[in-house]
Amino acid sequence: MNDDFTGNARHSRLAQFHIDTPLLLGLLALIGFGLMVLYSASGQSIVMMERQIVRLGIALAVMIAFAQIKPQTLKRWSFPLFLVGVALLVAVMLVGSVGKGAQRWLDLGFMMFQPSEIMKLAVPMAVAWFIASHSLPPRILHLLGGVLMCAVPTLLIAQQPDLGTSILIATAGVFVLFLSGMSWRLIAFVAGLISAFLPILWLFLMREYQRQRVLTFLNPESDPLGSGYHIIQSKIAIGSGGFDGKGWLHGTQSQLEFLPERHTDFIFAVLSEEFGMLGVLILLAIYLFIIVRCMIISSRAQDNYSKLVAGSFTLTFFVYVFVNIGMVSGLLPVVGVPLPLVSFGGTSMVTLMAAFGVIMSVGTHKRMLAAP
Amino acid sequence: MFKKRVAIQDFAAESRLFNQRAVFAILFVVLMFSVIVFNQYQLQIVSYQDYQTRSEGNRIKVVPLAPNRGLIYDRSGILLAENRPVFSLELIPEQINDMAGTLAELATLIEFTAEQQDAFLKQVRAQRRFNSITLKEQLDDQEVAILAANQHRFPGVTVEARLSRHYPFGDLFTHALGYIGKINTRELQQLELDGEAANYAASRDIGKIGLERFYQRELHGTMGYQEVEVNNRGRLIRVLRSVPAVSGQNIQLGIDVGLQLTAQQILKQHRGAIVAIDPRDGAVLAFYSNPSYDPNLFVHGISSANYNELLNSRDRPLINRVTQGVYPPASTIKPHLALLGLESRTITTSTKIWDPGYYTLPNSDHRFRDHIRWGHGWVDIYTAITKSCDTFFYDMGIKLGIDRISEYMHKMGFGEKTGIDILEESSANMPSRGWKRARHNQPWYPGDTVPLSIGQSYWTTTPLQLAVATTPLLNRGKLVTPHMVTAFNNGEITAANILPPRQVLEVENEQNYAVVMDTMHQTVSTLGGTAHRAFIGAQYSSAGKTGTAQLAAIAQDAKYNADAIDERLRDNAMYLGYAPYDKPTILVVVALENAGGGGSNAAPLARQLMDYYFTAGVNRDE
Repeated sequence: MNDDFTGNARHSRLAQFHIDTPLLLGLLALIGFGLMVLYSASGQSIVMMERQIVRLGIALAVMIAFAQIKPQTLKRWSFPLFLVGVALLVAVMLVGSVGKGAQRWLDLGFMMFQPSEIMKLAVPMAVAWFIASHSLPPRILHLLGGVLMCAVPTLLIAQQPDLGTSILIATAGVFVLFLSGMSWRLIAFVAGLISAFLPILWLFLMREYQRQRVLTFLNPESDPLGSGYHIIQSKIAIGSGGFDGKGWLHGTQSQLEFLPERHTDFIFAVLSEEFGMLGVLILLAIYLFIIVRCMIISSRAQDNYSKLVAGSFTLTFFVYVFVNIGMVSGLLPVVGVPLPLVSFGGTSMVTLMAAFGVIMSVGTHKRMLAAP
Repeated sequence: MFKKRVAIQDFAAESRLFNQRAVFAILFVVLMFSVIVFNQYQLQIVSYQDYQTRSEGNRIKVVPLAPNRGLIYDRSGILLAENRPVFSLELIPEQINDMAGTLAELATLIEFTAEQQDAFLKQVRAQRRFNSITLKEQLDDQEVAILAANQHRFPGVTVEARLSRHYPFGDLFTHALGYIGKINTRELQQLELDGEAANYAASRDIGKIGLERFYQRELHGTMGYQEVEVNNRGRLIRVLRSVPAVSGQNIQLGIDVGLQLTAQQILKQHRGAIVAIDPRDGAVLAFYSNPSYDPNLFVHGISSANYNELLNSRDRPLINRVTQGVYPPASTIKPHLALLGLESRTITTSTKIWDPGYYTLPNSDHRFRDHIRWGHGWVDIYTAITKSCDTFFYDMGIKLGIDRISEYMHKMGFGEKTGIDILEESSANMPSRGWKRARHNQPWYPGDTVPLSIGQSYWTTTPLQLAVATTPLLNRGKLVTPHMVTAFNNGEITAANILPPRQVLEVENEQNYAVVMDTMHQTVSTLGGTAHRAFIGAQYSSAGKTGTAQLAAIAQDAKYNADAIDERLRDNAMYLGYAPYDKPTILVVVALENAGGGGSNAAPLARQLMDYYFTAGVNRDE
């Protein structure tokens, strides 16, 4: 092991397990801060904390497990995984369980499973596999192939309906195409195409409740006790936090439950209220550190597939952060996206950590490939 | 295009391309984060004050606290109006998702009428969603227990304990005390006009009639409030600040429970009124109108069946006969006219007239009868009052003329509101030329003056007015303002509520008062006086004047026969009396509808009341 960071036994030992130390530290900082906020947001519920910690433990284990898989192996399995994912989505459509008005879950007997979570990883991996099997920048035909690979699962998930996830999955695939170097002209053209597609989306693909969310986003005060309530209360929580916040466990909006879904999607508002702008800056700094570190890993990767997958995962992670904060602070309409690694939540956290495992794998396996 | 597919991959160029995109992506991320930071700055720094205020507004609610209503005591400190805890079933619409379902489920536990439910739903529509609205008042202990046990099943449904007005003596004080009831829209508007609405934020009730209405402001008190921290469901988390309510003032009446009970007992058989005042200062000692009703029915909203019964009763219990019962005073006003006759020197103590049993105006053959068909013979002022000779007063009335009578009687308080501390009062009528012109568009005829001289025709009074208008006779020209309330908050008297007697008559010969009072004394004390029989054996000296008001016109030659005419058209019996005759401390008016002669029917009741007054020691001054 000709590690650059020789001399520090702990680093090298971590590297043996394919762990990227700076990234791990960044993630742990985020998890620590997140748990602190969650303790307050859950109304100091020990039960919730235990569940979240167990889940985080599982997620970290999954991350470490994924980090052990060589990028080549992942590349080989990308397309089959994608196909399995599509098959599962079709299965959900046919026999899935209904929850909260949407058919998203597959009952495996011992657990409920959301196939769309697999696709969060499988779609960018498969598109990266497809694009990287040709030279970069990709040709128009390959791009179209990539778009098709994005479109199928996206539409399957959109009809569940789960607009938020479908958009995120499409975005992850599109990030691969963007990072692969598709021309700016084409990007501009596609952007134009998407804008043209928006009315169709509005008229035919969006359900009534989704339209309502957008309308509420545009003018939340129009319905302060109905659908605008979430966003108004959230902005009050954020705004009343001020520069240094009301103090940990002392946010009146969150502790007195004026803030809806305070421990899940709206946990950022709790953080803003109790830790103020200072806390928000710290959170954003941690996120930015993680993102930059992941991009550095991506650009140092040996092969195009690794670069594209790691880069796409990184940008998708950013999108999660931005969409969640944007929705909670009133910049974006309310879509059900949790704040990564801070919100109380299940499957998506495991998926996210699996993605970080892949990134770590990319970051720690390259030299071994390059050396011989 | 496909041929170029096999082109050798340029790893360096590809890596450069990826790095460009990566750098661009990082710049984009930084830009987007900057957008977030800018937005946070706008929310948390620029608009901080605004959101801070809204956050406090969310969290802090000001809960008004209703003051306890002042209590009402009788002259010796017996409680006449109290506040008792009652439990009511209340719902907060905001916290109830399925109102119809909740009501249906509640109906399985608690009985409530369709009428109550309709009234409740009407309130739900009218009020704000987070106000609590009463479904059923006055829950009994069992209902409270049932609801408490099932509390968890009904979010937004609560059992509220609050103090409610109760009148322990029931119908005994109804017309004096009045009652309270829920504040209605019109009253709320009035409170807003008076700038008092804010003080009523926690109050539900308001005095509707009687003393409860007149002294509403004093009895109500001042609202307090609590600043409380609440959660999103409005549940109280803790009290931040509390300003206690200031209870309303307690008030004490001059009315004596025993005297009042006596009045009720002796009036039992009659429709009518009894009022007793202290002629020296106008304090009301007894105030009873029969029939009466239970004011407690009104406190929690009277049912329409009960109300219609009261409203449509032929005996008209809702009328306060003491102050709204408008009766011809009949002969009870003869002493008053006598004073005017003496003062104006129309008559003297030695003036005598011949009474053949009737009176005729010059150039007319219409006979105005005396109540004794064969006449009193030679009559002076003493006989005219003690035996209630009508002819003497017909003659004197014509000599005085309507203008002098009207002016003088108005001065004494006839045809005027007495100014007692309740608002339900009639001014009754003391006619004049102008009044007849305005009312009937007719000139005043001498023939109108004749019956007026014996307190008939257009002349009416209320029992209270008759009592009050008598005080100038007893007080050497000073008229009192009657008042039921004698003290606030246990003796701390507020002068504004009790006016000193006013000098309304400037008498030329003070001796005339003594003459008039003497005639009234003789009515009681001398054999043949119309009230003599009623007061035989009394342990105190008294004076008085009887009255018998004729309601049915009797044809010129017909004879009045009580049995032959409708019960409702029979004579009203009146009695005006005071005691002790030389230094009066109690002045009583008894008015009985369709009871017959005043001397035989009304005077004995006044005697009973005075007997109680003197034996029970109501008058603590003596």
